[in-house]
Amino acid sequence: MSGYGWVWWNWNIIADLRVMLQYTFIQSAFEAGTIIAILAGVVSYLVVLRRSSFAAHALGHVGFSGAAGAVVFAVAPIWGLLLFTTVSGTGIAVLGRRAANRDVEIGTVLAFMLGLGLLFLAFYRGYATEAYSILFGDIVGISPSQVWFTLYASLPVFVALLLVYRQLLFASLDEEVAEAKGMHTLVLGIIFMLALAVAISIAVTVIGVLLIFALTVTPAAIAVRLAQRPLYAVLISVLVALAATWAGIFIAFYEVEPTSFFIVTIVFAIYLVVRLMPGLGPAVQQARAAQSVRGSATGGPRTTSAPLASEPETP
Amino acid sequence: METIARADHVEVGYHARTVWTDATFDIGSGEFVAVIGPNGAGKTTLFKLLLGLLRPRGGRLELFGAPPRRGNPKIGYVPQTHTVDRDTNVQADQLVRLGYSGNRWTPPLTPSEWREEREASERALELVGATELGSRPLGALSGGELQRIFLAEALAGRPEILLLDEPLASLDLRRAEELVQVVSGLVRRQGVSTLLVAHDINPLIRYLDKVIYIANGRVATGLPRDVLTTERLTALYGVRVEVLHDSRANLVIVGGEDSHQDVVA
Repeated sequence: MSGYGWVWWNWNIIADLRVMLQYTFIQSAFEAGTIIAILAGVVSYLVVLRRSSFAAHALGHVGFSGAAGAVVFAVAPIWGLLLFTTVSGTGIAVLGRRAANRDVEIGTVLAFMLGLGLLFLAFYRGYATEAYSILFGDIVGISPSQVWFTLYASLPVFVALLLVYRQLLFASLDEEVAEAKGMHTLVLGIIFMLALAVAISIAVTVIGVLLIFALTVTPAAIAVRLAQRPLYAVLISVLVALAATWAGIFIAFYEVEPTSFFIVTIVFAIYLVVRLMPGLGPAVQQARAAQSVRGSATGGPRTTSAPLASEPETP
Repeated sequence: METIARADHVEVGYHARTVWTDATFDIGSGEFVAVIGPNGAGKTTLFKLLLGLLRPRGGRLELFGAPPRRGNPKIGYVPQTHTVDRDTNVQADQLVRLGYSGNRWTPPLTPSEWREEREASERALELVGATELGSRPLGALSGGELQRIFLAEALAGRPEILLLDEPLASLDLRRAEELVQVVSGLVRRQGVSTLLVAHDINPLIRYLDKVIYIANGRVATGLPRDVLTTERLTALYGVRVEVLHDSRANLVIVGGEDSHQDVVA
Protein backbone atom coordinates (compact mmCIF):
# COMPACT_ATOMS: atom_id res chain seq x y z
CA MET A 1 0.00 0.00 0.00
CA SER A 2 1.82 3.03 -1.14
CA GLY A 3 1.98 5.72 -3.73
CA TYR A 4 2.51 9.21 -2.45
CA GLY A 5 3.58 10.67 -5.74
CA TRP A 6 2.67 14.17 -4.81
CA VAL A 7 6.05 14.87 -3.19
CA TRP A 8 9.22 15.15 -5.25
CA TRP A 9 12.38 13.35 -4.45
CA ASN A 10 15.13 15.96 -4.51
CA TRP A 11 18.19 13.84 -3.64
CA ASN A 12 18.77 15.73 -0.41
CA ILE A 13 18.19 12.87 1.98
CA ILE A 14 18.11 14.99 5.14
CA ALA A 15 15.57 17.37 3.65
CA ASP A 16 13.61 14.45 2.25
CA LEU A 17 13.49 12.79 5.65
CA ARG A 18 12.39 16.01 7.27
CA VAL A 19 9.49 16.28 4.86
CA MET A 20 8.67 12.61 5.25
CA LEU A 21 8.71 12.54 9.04
CA GLN A 22 6.06 15.23 9.17
CA TYR A 23 3.65 12.45 8.30
CA THR A 24 2.67 10.33 11.29
CA PHE A 25 2.28 7.16 9.21
CA ILE A 26 5.85 7.46 7.94
CA GLN A 27 7.12 8.06 11.47
CA SER A 28 5.28 4.97 12.65
CA ALA A 29 6.58 2.99 9.69
CA PHE A 30 10.19 3.90 10.51
CA GLU A 31 9.72 3.13 14.20
CA ALA A 32 8.02 -0.22 13.70
CA GLY A 33 10.35 -1.09 10.83
CA THR A 34 13.38 -0.45 13.03
CA ILE A 35 12.17 -2.65 15.88
CA ILE A 36 11.16 -5.43 13.52
CA ALA A 37 14.37 -5.30 11.48
CA ILE A 38 16.54 -5.59 14.60
CA LEU A 39 14.56 -8.53 15.96
CA ALA A 40 14.36 -10.27 12.58
CA GLY A 41 18.08 -9.72 12.01
CA VAL A 42 19.01 -11.31 15.33
CA VAL A 43 16.62 -14.24 14.98
CA SER A 44 17.56 -14.89 11.37
CA TYR A 45 21.15 -15.74 12.30
CA LEU A 46 19.87 -18.55 14.49
CA VAL A 47 17.47 -19.62 11.74
CA VAL A 48 20.36 -20.03 9.31
CA LEU A 49 22.65 -21.64 11.88
CA ARG A 50 19.99 -24.15 12.92
CA ARG A 51 18.92 -24.80 9.31
CA SER A 52 15.41 -23.83 10.31
CA SER A 53 14.49 -21.75 7.26
CA PHE A 54 11.73 -24.15 6.36
CA ALA A 55 10.30 -23.68 9.84
CA ALA A 56 10.44 -19.90 9.30
CA HIS A 57 8.64 -20.29 5.99
CA ALA A 58 6.05 -22.59 7.55
CA LEU A 59 5.42 -20.32 10.54
CA GLY A 60 4.69 -17.44 8.16
CA HIS A 61 2.05 -19.47 6.36
CA VAL A 62 0.59 -20.80 9.58
CA GLY A 63 0.45 -17.19 10.69
CA PHE A 64 -1.66 -16.37 7.68
CA SER A 65 -4.30 -18.86 8.81
CA GLY A 66 -4.16 -17.35 12.28
CA ALA A 67 -4.58 -13.84 10.93
CA ALA A 68 -7.45 -14.91 8.67
CA GLY A 69 -9.11 -16.60 11.62
CA ALA A 70 -8.71 -13.49 13.77
CA VAL A 71 -10.33 -11.36 11.08
CA VAL A 72 -13.29 -13.74 10.90
CA PHE A 73 -13.75 -13.42 14.66
CA ALA A 74 -13.34 -9.63 14.44
CA VAL A 75 -10.08 -9.62 16.39
CA ALA A 76 -6.92 -7.77 15.30
CA PRO A 77 -4.94 -10.07 12.93
CA ILE A 78 -1.80 -9.84 15.09
CA TRP A 79 -3.46 -11.92 17.85
CA GLY A 80 -4.28 -14.68 15.43
CA LEU A 81 -0.75 -14.51 14.06
CA LEU A 82 0.82 -14.72 17.51
CA LEU A 83 -1.46 -17.53 18.66
CA PHE A 84 -0.97 -19.72 15.61
CA THR A 85 2.76 -19.16 15.21
CA THR A 86 3.64 -19.68 18.88
CA VAL A 87 1.54 -22.85 19.17
CA SER A 88 2.91 -24.28 15.91
CA GLY A 89 6.44 -23.17 16.75
CA THR A 90 6.31 -24.99 20.08
CA GLY A 91 4.88 -28.03 18.30
CA ILE A 92 7.69 -28.02 15.76
CA ALA A 93 10.31 -27.69 18.49
CA VAL A 94 8.88 -30.58 20.50
CA LEU A 95 8.13 -32.92 17.58
CA GLY A 96 11.24 -32.59 15.51
CA ARG A 97 14.21 -32.53 17.83
CA ARG A 98 16.65 -33.70 15.22
CA ALA A 99 17.18 -31.42 12.25
CA ALA A 100 17.05 -34.29 9.80
CA ASN A 101 13.38 -35.16 10.24
CA ARG A 102 12.01 -31.72 10.85
CA ASP A 103 10.77 -30.86 7.38
CA VAL A 104 8.36 -33.78 7.13
CA GLU A 105 6.73 -32.93 10.44
CA ILE A 106 6.61 -29.23 9.69
CA GLY A 107 5.13 -29.87 6.26
CA THR A 108 2.45 -32.07 7.78
CA VAL A 109 1.39 -29.41 10.27
CA LEU A 110 1.67 -26.71 7.62
CA ALA A 111 -0.72 -28.39 5.18
CA PHE A 112 -3.37 -28.72 7.89
CA MET A 113 -2.92 -25.14 9.02
CA LEU A 114 -3.22 -23.76 5.50
CA GLY A 115 -6.41 -25.77 5.14
CA LEU A 116 -7.75 -23.96 8.20
CA GLY A 117 -6.72 -20.64 6.65
CA LEU A 118 -8.69 -21.48 3.53
CA LEU A 119 -11.73 -22.26 5.66
CA PHE A 120 -11.45 -18.92 7.45
CA LEU A 121 -11.14 -17.11 4.12
CA ALA A 122 -14.32 -18.82 2.95
CA PHE A 123 -16.12 -17.45 6.01
CA TYR A 124 -14.68 -14.01 5.56
CA ARG A 125 -16.96 -11.45 3.92
CA GLY A 126 -14.96 -8.26 4.41
CA TYR A 127 -12.57 -6.32 2.21
CA ALA A 128 -9.86 -8.13 0.31
CA THR A 129 -7.41 -5.44 1.46
CA GLU A 130 -7.12 -7.06 4.86
CA ALA A 131 -6.06 -10.42 3.44
CA TYR A 132 -3.82 -8.66 0.94
CA SER A 133 -1.94 -6.76 3.65
CA ILE A 134 -1.39 -9.97 5.62
CA LEU A 135 -0.02 -11.68 2.55
CA PHE A 136 2.25 -8.88 1.39
CA GLY A 137 2.62 -6.54 4.36
CA ASP A 138 1.59 -2.95 4.84
CA ILE A 139 4.09 -1.04 6.92
CA VAL A 140 2.82 2.40 6.00
CA GLY A 141 -0.58 1.32 7.28
CA ILE A 142 0.80 0.92 10.81
CA SER A 143 -0.75 3.09 13.53
CA PRO A 144 1.19 4.57 16.49
CA SER A 145 -0.58 2.15 18.84
CA GLN A 146 0.63 -0.74 16.68
CA VAL A 147 4.15 0.59 17.02
CA TRP A 148 3.81 0.38 20.80
CA PHE A 149 2.42 -3.12 20.47
CA THR A 150 5.41 -4.10 18.31
CA LEU A 151 7.76 -2.75 20.95
CA TYR A 152 6.00 -4.53 23.82
CA ALA A 153 5.92 -7.82 21.90
CA SER A 154 9.61 -7.56 20.98
CA LEU A 155 11.03 -6.57 24.36
CA PRO A 156 10.47 -9.89 26.14
CA VAL A 157 11.84 -11.72 23.12
CA PHE A 158 14.98 -9.56 23.14
CA VAL A 159 15.46 -10.20 26.85
CA ALA A 160 14.91 -13.95 26.47
CA LEU A 161 17.30 -14.14 23.51
CA LEU A 162 19.93 -12.13 25.34
CA LEU A 163 19.72 -14.56 28.24
CA VAL A 164 19.99 -17.77 26.24
CA TYR A 165 21.84 -16.61 23.13
CA ARG A 166 25.13 -18.23 24.02
CA GLN A 167 23.58 -21.52 25.06
CA LEU A 168 21.39 -21.43 21.98
CA LEU A 169 24.46 -20.81 19.84
CA PHE A 170 26.20 -23.82 21.38
CA ALA A 171 23.13 -26.05 21.12
CA SER A 172 22.72 -25.00 17.49
CA LEU A 173 26.33 -25.78 16.60
CA ASP A 174 26.76 -28.98 18.61
CA GLU A 175 23.49 -30.28 19.99
CA GLU A 176 24.73 -33.62 21.29
CA VAL A 177 27.61 -32.16 23.24
CA ALA A 178 25.32 -29.48 24.64
CA GLU A 179 22.93 -32.17 25.78
CA ALA A 180 25.71 -34.21 27.37
CA LYS A 181 26.84 -31.08 29.19
CA GLY A 182 23.47 -31.03 30.90
CA MET A 183 22.02 -28.17 28.88
CA HIS A 184 18.30 -28.27 28.23
CA THR A 185 18.36 -28.42 24.46
CA LEU A 186 14.61 -29.01 24.19
CA VAL A 187 13.83 -25.91 26.26
CA LEU A 188 16.35 -23.93 24.22
CA GLY A 189 14.73 -25.18 21.02
CA ILE A 190 11.32 -24.07 22.26
CA ILE A 191 12.62 -20.64 23.25
CA PHE A 192 14.14 -20.28 19.78
CA MET A 193 10.87 -21.26 18.10
CA LEU A 194 8.88 -18.84 20.29
CA ALA A 195 11.30 -16.03 19.44
CA LEU A 196 10.95 -16.93 15.77
CA ALA A 197 7.17 -17.02 16.09
CA VAL A 198 7.01 -13.52 17.59
CA ALA A 199 9.55 -12.16 15.10
CA ILE A 200 7.52 -13.55 12.23
CA SER A 201 4.20 -12.36 13.61
CA ILE A 202 5.33 -8.78 13.88
CA ALA A 203 7.41 -8.91 10.70
CA VAL A 204 4.26 -9.89 8.81
CA THR A 205 2.99 -6.34 9.32
CA VAL A 206 6.02 -5.07 7.40
CA ILE A 207 6.53 -7.59 4.70
CA GLY A 208 3.66 -10.07 4.74
CA VAL A 209 3.68 -13.84 5.13
CA LEU A 210 4.66 -14.55 1.56
CA LEU A 211 7.76 -12.39 1.70
CA ILE A 212 8.78 -13.29 5.26
CA PHE A 213 11.99 -14.95 4.07
CA ALA A 214 13.40 -11.56 3.10
CA LEU A 215 13.61 -10.47 6.75
CA THR A 216 13.89 -13.74 8.69
CA VAL A 217 16.32 -15.71 6.55
CA THR A 218 18.08 -13.69 3.85
CA PRO A 219 19.80 -11.10 6.13
CA ALA A 220 21.63 -13.89 7.95
CA ALA A 221 22.24 -15.78 4.72
CA ILE A 222 24.10 -12.64 3.63
CA ALA A 223 25.82 -12.24 7.00
CA VAL A 224 27.23 -15.78 7.23
CA ARG A 225 29.01 -15.24 3.93
CA LEU A 226 30.68 -12.13 5.29
CA ALA A 227 31.51 -13.03 8.88
CA GLN A 228 32.72 -16.16 10.63
CA ARG A 229 32.21 -14.92 14.15
CA PRO A 230 28.66 -15.20 15.48
CA LEU A 231 28.70 -11.70 16.98
CA TYR A 232 29.76 -10.03 13.73
CA ALA A 233 27.34 -12.15 11.73
CA VAL A 234 24.44 -11.06 13.95
CA LEU A 235 25.47 -7.42 13.60
CA ILE A 236 25.69 -7.63 9.81
CA SER A 237 22.37 -9.45 9.68
CA VAL A 238 20.71 -6.69 11.71
CA LEU A 239 22.34 -3.98 9.56
CA VAL A 240 21.11 -5.60 6.35
CA ALA A 241 17.56 -5.91 7.69
CA LEU A 242 17.65 -2.31 8.92
CA ALA A 243 19.11 -0.89 5.73
CA ALA A 244 16.58 -2.69 3.55
CA THR A 245 13.62 -1.68 5.71
CA TRP A 246 14.63 1.96 5.99
CA ALA A 247 15.52 2.28 2.31
CA GLY A 248 12.32 0.47 1.36
CA ILE A 249 10.14 2.89 3.33
CA PHE A 250 12.14 5.84 2.02
CA ILE A 251 11.78 4.88 -1.64
CA ALA A 252 8.16 3.82 -1.28
CA PHE A 253 7.33 7.34 -0.09
CA TYR A 254 8.04 8.59 -3.59
CA GLU A 255 7.01 5.65 -5.71
CA VAL A 256 3.67 4.01 -6.30
CA GLU A 257 4.94 0.44 -5.83
CA PRO A 258 4.41 -1.23 -2.45
CA THR A 259 7.05 -0.89 0.30
CA SER A 260 7.40 -4.67 0.64
CA PHE A 261 8.53 -4.88 -2.95
CA PHE A 262 11.38 -2.43 -2.32
CA ILE A 263 12.47 -4.14 0.90
CA VAL A 264 12.53 -7.56 -0.72
CA THR A 265 14.34 -6.21 -3.77
CA ILE A 266 17.02 -4.46 -1.71
CA VAL A 267 17.66 -7.56 0.40
CA PHE A 268 17.82 -9.68 -2.74
CA ALA A 269 20.20 -7.25 -4.43
CA ILE A 270 22.57 -7.36 -1.46
CA TYR A 271 22.33 -11.14 -1.46
CA LEU A 272 23.20 -11.27 -5.17
CA VAL A 273 26.17 -8.97 -4.73
CA VAL A 274 27.49 -11.04 -1.84
CA ARG A 275 26.95 -14.30 -3.70
CA LEU A 276 28.52 -13.15 -6.93
CA MET A 277 31.38 -11.08 -5.56
CA PRO A 278 34.59 -13.10 -5.84
CA GLY A 279 36.55 -13.39 -2.64
CA LEU A 280 33.51 -13.39 -0.35
CA GLY A 281 32.82 -16.50 1.63
CA PRO A 282 35.03 -18.57 -0.62
CA ALA A 283 37.01 -20.38 2.06
CA VAL A 284 34.39 -23.05 2.42
CA GLN A 285 34.04 -23.56 -1.31
CA GLN A 286 37.75 -23.66 -2.01
CA ALA A 287 38.23 -26.24 0.66
CA ARG A 288 35.30 -28.17 -0.76
CA ALA A 289 36.95 -28.28 -4.16
CA ALA A 290 40.19 -29.44 -2.60
CA GLN A 291 38.34 -32.03 -0.63
CA SER A 292 36.65 -33.64 -3.60
CA VAL A 293 40.15 -34.30 -4.91
CA ARG A 294 41.35 -35.52 -1.55
CA GLY A 295 38.18 -37.55 -1.11
CA SER A 296 39.47 -40.16 -3.53
CA ALA A 297 42.12 -41.00 -0.97
CA THR A 298 39.58 -41.96 1.67
CA GLY A 299 37.96 -45.33 1.78
CA GLY A 300 41.39 -46.81 1.27
CA PRO A 301 42.22 -50.37 2.16
CA ARG A 302 41.32 -51.56 5.60
CA THR A 303 43.06 -54.47 7.17
CA THR A 304 40.02 -55.44 9.14
CA SER A 305 37.24 -57.35 7.53
CA ALA A 306 33.86 -58.40 8.84
CA PRO A 307 32.62 -58.79 11.53
CA LEU A 308 34.19 -55.44 12.35
CA ALA A 309 32.12 -53.80 9.63
CA SER A 310 32.59 -50.14 8.92
CA GLU A 311 29.16 -48.59 9.04
CA PRO A 312 28.46 -46.04 11.76
CA GLU A 313 26.62 -47.41 14.69
CA THR A 314 23.14 -46.34 15.62
CA PRO A 315 22.25 -47.05 19.20
CA MET B 1 46.70 -46.18 39.94
CA GLU B 2 43.48 -44.48 40.83
CA THR B 3 40.28 -46.01 39.47
CA ILE B 4 38.00 -43.40 37.92
CA ALA B 5 35.25 -45.62 36.52
CA ARG B 6 34.03 -48.92 37.81
CA ALA B 7 31.29 -51.17 36.46
CA ASP B 8 30.04 -54.06 38.51
CA HIS B 9 27.67 -56.48 36.76
CA VAL B 10 26.02 -53.61 34.89
CA GLU B 11 23.01 -54.37 32.71
CA VAL B 12 21.58 -51.89 30.24
CA GLY B 13 18.68 -51.70 27.81
CA TYR B 14 16.08 -49.54 26.14
CA HIS B 15 12.46 -50.36 26.94
CA ALA B 16 11.98 -54.06 26.30
CA ARG B 17 15.34 -54.58 24.59
CA THR B 18 18.35 -55.57 26.62
CA VAL B 19 21.53 -54.28 25.00
CA TRP B 20 24.08 -56.02 27.15
CA THR B 21 24.36 -57.60 30.58
CA ASP B 22 26.93 -58.44 33.20
CA ALA B 23 29.56 -55.86 32.35
CA THR B 24 32.34 -55.71 34.89
CA PHE B 25 35.37 -53.55 34.29
CA ASP B 26 37.29 -50.66 35.69
CA ILE B 27 39.13 -47.80 34.09
CA GLY B 28 42.14 -46.31 35.74
CA SER B 29 43.31 -42.75 35.69
CA GLY B 30 45.42 -42.08 32.61
CA GLU B 31 44.39 -45.21 30.73
CA PHE B 32 43.78 -45.37 26.99
CA VAL B 33 40.90 -47.76 26.43
CA ALA B 34 39.37 -48.84 23.14
CA VAL B 35 35.72 -49.84 23.01
CA ILE B 36 35.34 -52.29 20.16
CA GLY B 37 32.48 -54.33 18.78
CA PRO B 38 30.12 -54.77 15.84
CA ASN B 39 27.46 -52.23 14.86
CA GLY B 40 24.53 -51.96 17.20
CA ALA B 41 26.30 -53.90 19.95
CA GLY B 42 25.91 -51.05 22.42
CA LYS B 43 29.20 -49.17 22.33
CA THR B 44 27.50 -45.76 22.23
CA THR B 45 25.15 -47.04 24.93
CA LEU B 46 28.14 -47.42 27.24
CA PHE B 47 28.92 -43.72 26.66
CA LYS B 48 25.31 -42.77 27.38
CA LEU B 49 25.62 -44.54 30.72
CA LEU B 50 28.82 -42.73 31.59
CA LEU B 51 27.34 -39.39 30.48
CA GLY B 52 24.36 -39.95 32.74
CA LEU B 53 21.93 -39.84 29.79
CA LEU B 54 20.81 -43.40 30.53
CA ARG B 55 20.50 -45.31 33.79
CA PRO B 56 21.74 -48.87 34.16
CA ARG B 57 19.02 -51.45 34.67
CA GLY B 58 21.04 -53.46 37.07
CA GLY B 59 24.43 -53.64 38.68
CA ARG B 60 26.48 -50.76 39.85
CA LEU B 61 28.25 -48.10 37.80
CA GLU B 62 30.46 -45.46 39.31
CA LEU B 63 32.34 -42.59 37.76
CA PHE B 64 34.66 -40.60 40.01
CA GLY B 65 33.24 -42.51 42.96
CA ALA B 66 29.59 -41.66 42.32
CA PRO B 67 26.81 -42.70 39.93
CA PRO B 68 27.25 -40.86 36.62
CA ARG B 69 25.37 -37.60 36.32
CA ARG B 70 24.49 -35.49 33.31
CA GLY B 71 26.61 -32.42 32.78
CA ASN B 72 29.65 -33.64 34.70
CA PRO B 73 32.39 -31.13 33.78
CA LYS B 74 35.05 -33.80 34.29
CA ILE B 75 33.90 -35.48 31.08
CA GLY B 76 34.91 -34.35 27.61
CA TYR B 77 32.66 -35.87 24.97
CA VAL B 78 32.97 -36.11 21.20
CA PRO B 79 29.80 -37.64 19.77
CA GLN B 80 29.68 -39.61 16.54
CA THR B 81 27.28 -37.24 14.82
CA HIS B 82 27.64 -33.49 14.62
CA THR B 83 25.49 -30.59 13.55
CA VAL B 84 28.44 -28.95 11.80
CA ASP B 85 28.41 -29.42 8.05
CA ARG B 86 29.97 -28.02 4.88
CA ASP B 87 27.84 -24.87 5.09
CA THR B 88 28.82 -23.96 8.64
CA ASN B 89 30.76 -20.78 8.03
CA VAL B 90 31.83 -20.31 11.65
CA GLN B 91 35.44 -19.97 12.69
CA ALA B 92 36.69 -23.18 14.31
CA ASP B 93 38.00 -21.55 17.49
CA GLN B 94 34.49 -20.24 18.18
CA LEU B 95 33.34 -23.83 18.66
CA VAL B 96 36.30 -24.57 20.91
CA ARG B 97 35.42 -21.49 22.98
CA LEU B 98 31.85 -22.73 23.27
CA GLY B 99 33.29 -26.02 24.49
CA TYR B 100 34.87 -24.04 27.29
CA SER B 101 31.98 -21.78 28.26
CA GLY B 102 29.04 -22.46 25.93
CA ASN B 103 26.93 -23.77 28.80
CA ARG B 104 27.14 -20.44 30.60
CA TRP B 105 24.37 -17.92 30.29
CA THR B 106 26.42 -14.99 29.16
CA PRO B 107 29.36 -14.51 26.83
CA PRO B 108 32.57 -13.39 28.56
CA LEU B 109 31.84 -9.90 29.80
CA THR B 110 34.99 -8.75 31.56
CA PRO B 111 38.43 -8.61 29.92
CA SER B 112 39.73 -11.27 32.30
CA GLU B 113 36.87 -13.64 31.46
CA TRP B 114 37.48 -13.02 27.80
CA ARG B 115 41.20 -13.69 28.18
CA GLU B 116 40.49 -16.87 30.13
CA GLU B 117 38.26 -18.15 27.39
CA ARG B 118 40.76 -17.29 24.67
CA GLU B 119 43.58 -18.96 26.57
CA ALA B 120 41.52 -22.09 27.18
CA SER B 121 40.74 -22.26 23.47
CA GLU B 122 44.35 -21.66 22.43
CA ARG B 123 45.62 -24.26 24.87
CA ALA B 124 43.11 -26.86 23.67
CA LEU B 125 43.94 -26.20 20.02
CA GLU B 126 47.64 -26.47 20.78
CA LEU B 127 47.16 -29.79 22.59
CA VAL B 128 45.66 -31.33 19.45
CA GLY B 129 48.13 -29.63 17.12
CA ALA B 130 45.45 -27.50 15.49
CA THR B 131 46.59 -24.00 16.35
CA GLU B 132 46.59 -22.96 12.71
CA LEU B 133 43.09 -24.38 12.15
CA GLY B 134 41.50 -22.10 14.73
CA SER B 135 40.93 -19.23 12.35
CA ARG B 136 39.46 -21.34 9.55
CA PRO B 137 35.74 -21.88 9.03
CA LEU B 138 34.41 -25.22 10.25
CA GLY B 139 32.81 -25.97 6.90
CA ALA B 140 36.19 -25.78 5.18
CA LEU B 141 37.92 -28.38 7.34
CA SER B 142 38.59 -31.96 6.29
CA GLY B 143 37.31 -34.91 8.31
CA GLY B 144 40.56 -35.32 10.21
CA GLU B 145 40.87 -31.61 10.89
CA LEU B 146 37.28 -31.48 12.15
CA GLN B 147 37.93 -34.35 14.53
CA ARG B 148 40.83 -32.39 16.01
CA ILE B 149 38.61 -29.38 16.50
CA PHE B 150 35.95 -31.52 18.20
CA LEU B 151 38.70 -32.97 20.37
CA ALA B 152 39.85 -29.45 21.26
CA GLU B 153 36.24 -28.49 22.00
CA ALA B 154 36.02 -31.43 24.42
CA LEU B 155 39.40 -30.57 25.96
CA ALA B 156 38.69 -26.88 26.49
CA GLY B 157 36.94 -27.54 29.80
CA ARG B 158 39.97 -29.53 31.07
CA PRO B 159 38.20 -32.87 31.47
CA GLU B 160 39.69 -35.80 33.35
CA ILE B 161 38.16 -38.36 31.02
CA LEU B 162 37.53 -38.21 27.28
CA LEU B 163 34.75 -40.17 25.61
CA LEU B 164 35.37 -40.30 21.86
CA ASP B 165 32.66 -41.95 19.76
CA GLU B 166 33.97 -43.27 16.44
CA PRO B 167 36.39 -40.40 15.79
CA LEU B 168 38.17 -42.53 13.19
CA ALA B 169 35.03 -43.56 11.30
CA SER B 170 35.39 -41.40 8.21
CA LEU B 171 39.18 -41.12 8.13
CA ASP B 172 41.60 -42.87 5.82
CA LEU B 173 44.34 -44.93 7.42
CA ARG B 174 46.92 -42.14 7.53
CA ARG B 175 44.56 -39.57 9.08
CA ALA B 176 43.31 -42.20 11.54
CA GLU B 177 46.88 -42.96 12.57
CA GLU B 178 47.60 -39.23 13.03
CA LEU B 179 44.53 -38.71 15.18
CA VAL B 180 45.33 -41.74 17.32
CA GLN B 181 48.80 -40.32 17.92
CA VAL B 182 47.26 -37.02 19.02
CA VAL B 183 44.90 -38.81 21.41
CA SER B 184 47.66 -41.06 22.70
CA GLY B 185 49.80 -37.97 23.35
CA LEU B 186 46.97 -36.48 25.40
CA VAL B 187 46.67 -39.65 27.46
CA ARG B 188 50.42 -39.95 28.08
CA ARG B 189 51.37 -36.30 28.54
CA GLN B 190 48.21 -34.79 30.02
CA GLY B 191 47.10 -37.87 31.91
CA VAL B 192 43.58 -37.68 30.47
CA SER B 193 41.90 -41.06 30.59
CA THR B 194 40.34 -41.87 27.25
CA LEU B 195 37.65 -44.23 26.03
CA LEU B 196 37.59 -44.44 22.26
CA VAL B 197 34.88 -46.26 20.32
CA ALA B 198 36.17 -47.78 17.10
CA HIS B 199 35.25 -50.54 14.73
CA ASP B 200 38.83 -51.05 13.60
CA ILE B 201 41.36 -51.91 16.26
CA ASN B 202 44.46 -51.76 14.08
CA PRO B 203 45.31 -48.03 14.17
CA LEU B 204 44.95 -48.19 17.96
CA ILE B 205 46.52 -51.45 18.98
CA ARG B 206 50.01 -50.18 19.75
CA TYR B 207 48.80 -47.40 22.03
CA LEU B 208 46.14 -49.14 24.10
CA ASP B 209 46.17 -50.04 27.76
CA LYS B 210 42.90 -51.92 27.70
CA VAL B 211 40.15 -53.10 25.42
CA ILE B 212 36.45 -53.24 26.19
CA TYR B 213 34.90 -55.61 23.71
CA ILE B 214 31.13 -55.47 23.35
CA ALA B 215 29.35 -58.10 21.28
CA ASN B 216 26.44 -60.47 21.44
CA GLY B 217 24.96 -58.86 24.55
CA ARG B 218 28.15 -59.35 26.51
CA VAL B 219 31.09 -57.22 27.49
CA ALA B 220 34.63 -58.52 27.74
CA THR B 221 37.53 -56.51 29.00
CA GLY B 222 41.23 -56.91 29.41
CA LEU B 223 44.58 -56.30 27.83
CA PRO B 224 44.46 -56.16 24.04
CA ARG B 225 46.55 -59.33 23.69
CA ASP B 226 44.25 -61.20 26.05
CA VAL B 227 40.93 -60.05 24.59
CA LEU B 228 41.82 -60.07 20.94
CA THR B 229 42.35 -63.79 20.57
CA THR B 230 40.67 -66.29 18.31
CA GLU B 231 39.07 -68.03 21.29
CA ARG B 232 37.71 -64.96 23.08
CA LEU B 233 36.32 -63.33 19.96
CA THR B 234 34.79 -66.53 18.66
CA ALA B 235 33.04 -66.96 21.99
CA LEU B 236 31.85 -63.34 22.00
CA TYR B 237 30.51 -63.30 18.47
CA GLY B 238 29.09 -66.77 18.51
CA VAL B 239 30.65 -67.34 15.12
CA ARG B 240 34.09 -68.48 14.05
CA VAL B 241 36.48 -65.51 14.17
CA GLU B 242 40.21 -65.74 13.59
CA VAL B 243 42.83 -63.31 14.80
CA LEU B 244 45.99 -63.18 12.71
CA HIS B 245 49.15 -61.23 13.43
CA ASP B 246 51.36 -59.72 10.78
CA SER B 247 55.02 -58.86 11.08
CA ARG B 248 54.30 -55.30 12.35
CA ALA B 249 52.07 -56.50 15.18
CA ASN B 250 48.97 -55.53 13.18
CA LEU B 251 45.94 -57.65 13.86
CA VAL B 252 43.72 -59.02 11.19
CA ILE B 253 40.38 -60.16 12.46
CA VAL B 254 38.68 -62.48 10.04
CA GLY B 255 35.11 -63.58 10.45
CA GLY B 256 32.16 -64.80 8.40
CA GLU B 257 30.65 -62.17 6.09
CA ASP B 258 27.18 -62.82 7.40
CA SER B 259 28.27 -63.02 10.99
CA HIS B 260 25.87 -60.26 12.01
CA GLN B 261 23.02 -62.71 11.61
CA ASP B 262 24.56 -64.95 14.19
CA VAL B 263 25.48 -62.12 16.50
CA VAL B 264 21.87 -61.28 17.31
CA ALA B 265 21.20 -62.72 20.73
